Amino acid sequence: MINTEERIIKKPQLPNTPDIKLHENSLSRMMILLVFVSLFLITGFTLTHLDTANVKIATAFKELGVTLHQMFLQPSTGSDGLAELLQGLGSSLLISVMTTIIGAVFGFFFAVMASKNLTNIYLGTGIRVFMAIVRAIPTIIWALIFSIVCGLGSTAAILGLSFHSVAYLTKAYSESIEGIDESTIESLKVTGAKFWVIVFQAIWPTIMASFVSWTFIRLEINFANAIAVGAAAGAGGIGYQLFVASGMSFDFHEVGFIVYLIIAVTFLLEFIAVKIRHFYLSR
Amino acid sequence: MQSSAKYLTRKGWHQTAIIAIIGGTYLLGSWILNFDSLGGLIALPKAFGWLGVNFAPTPKSMNYLPQIWQKLMQTVLLAISSTMVAAVISIFVALIGSKVTGINGFVQTIVRGIASFFRNIPLVAWSMILLFSFKQSDFTGFLALLLMSIGFLIRAFMEIIEDEASETMLALKATGANYFQVIFQAVLPQILPSMLSWILYMIENNVRDATLVGILTGTGIGFLFDLYFKSFRFDASGMTVLSIIIVVIALELISNQIRKVIL
Repeated sequence: MINTEERIIKKPQLPNTPDIKLHENSLSRMMILLVFVSLFLITGFTLTHLDTANVKIATAFKELGVTLHQMFLQPSTGSDGLAELLQGLGSSLLISVMTTIIGAVFGFFFAVMASKNLTNIYLGTGIRVFMAIVRAIPTIIWALIFSIVCGLGSTAAILGLSFHSVAYLTKAYSESIEGIDESTIESLKVTGAKFWVIVFQAIWPTIMASFVSWTFIRLEINFANAIAVGAAAGAGGIGYQLFVASGMSFDFHEVGFIVYLIIAVTFLLEFIAVKIRHFYLSR
Repeated sequence: MQSSAKYLTRKGWHQTAIIAIIGGTYLLGSWILNFDSLGGLIALPKAFGWLGVNFAPTPKSMNYLPQIWQKLMQTVLLAISSTMVAAVISIFVALIGSKVTGINGFVQTIVRGIASFFRNIPLVAWSMILLFSFKQSDFTGFLALLLMSIGFLIRAFMEIIEDEASETMLALKATGANYFQVIFQAVLPQILPSMLSWILYMIENNVRDATLVGILTGTGIGFLFDLYFKSFRFDASGMTVLSIIIVVIALELISNQIRKVIL
């Protein structure tokens, strides 16, 4: 018997291909989708229920255009004069520098105490919780509280801003410290080194670069906060002049000039930060 | 070759110089600003004592609670919506302006310039300018937060795109996909988790900043705090601060949990 063709030549069969999955169905994908959808729903709800105080949006935008034109195209020093504005700018800058120094010094010591790989768990957790609470209170409220206790002025501003700086930098530094290789600390411990010797000989040199970059990030934040505190708590500096020019005398030419001054200083700070970061990273 | 002793001496000098510069700046600053470090340190326990006595919520201040929560929720909703609108605008701008997906060098420079311009105009200036045209309403607060967030998010998104998406993009480009296919199939899915992480951070930040905007423009929780604080109803302002703490920490915990899942 001769078999039919079928048995001799096997028909080529297509391999059983599974569908190519373009998108993996994982928990993380679901979560992203869920969060985005709920955030957009909230946004939609809020925007449709927004209270606009019966302002005609079109006229308001036109008015805003005029204001912006006055600000950015015709800046002038206004009634305060250049010398006074520069003085205000200088004191805002000094406030931010000083609060950053205070924040860096105290922040480093608290960070050492709060890091999981250096201290016992109770002290660490205690400091961490305290700092989280301090961070949760907006800077401006700290400044207002201190302005009652110490009186209006730069002392209240410095104390209020320092609180937030210390809490912020403690978190940032302790995260860097926790990223250190355990063996570095271990090997120094074996030699019988004391706690502070370990801190200054092993930890300090290792986190130097990230320490410097976090400190400069905070300096920029502190400068913005110093202006805000000056405006809302009357704590001095250019923020107060900005508040008076924009909220009381409505001199938008002067507002524009102040904004330009502030932008110039922030660019300068950014430039210095980049240079110093390069210097420490290249070593 | 330098000997180790020489190296250590130089390092010692270097450190001493840096400490001297920083200490000198501090002393000069406190002299110019009339800041009394010791007095400040003494003021701290006094401040906390004062807080403990005056800010402690009394049974009477529970009456303020419904009003506080209503305003606080309004503020949180405002912070979320301004962040989301800012995120939608920023992602388009960031796609146009980033180094990998951008159109050309000229547009990239312009986008970078605009972003840092928006970021560096102080929030105070935005709030006050907007207050002048849009009057005392929630919309003013919304716009102020929106403009500030746009500056931050454009920069953040551009950095994410440049860091994370360039390889995937190259792979898809090699298959012959066109620009929009590359954007929607490679770039956006790739950066979505980091984007969400930034959005969550921005929401937390905006809730805190909303207090400042509120004090200046008379809206939301900031206005309520300012009202209580300046009319010396300290127990009510204590209650407000307590509510802010609870909400901000709750938001932080929620976003940390979300981050753990998505990243």
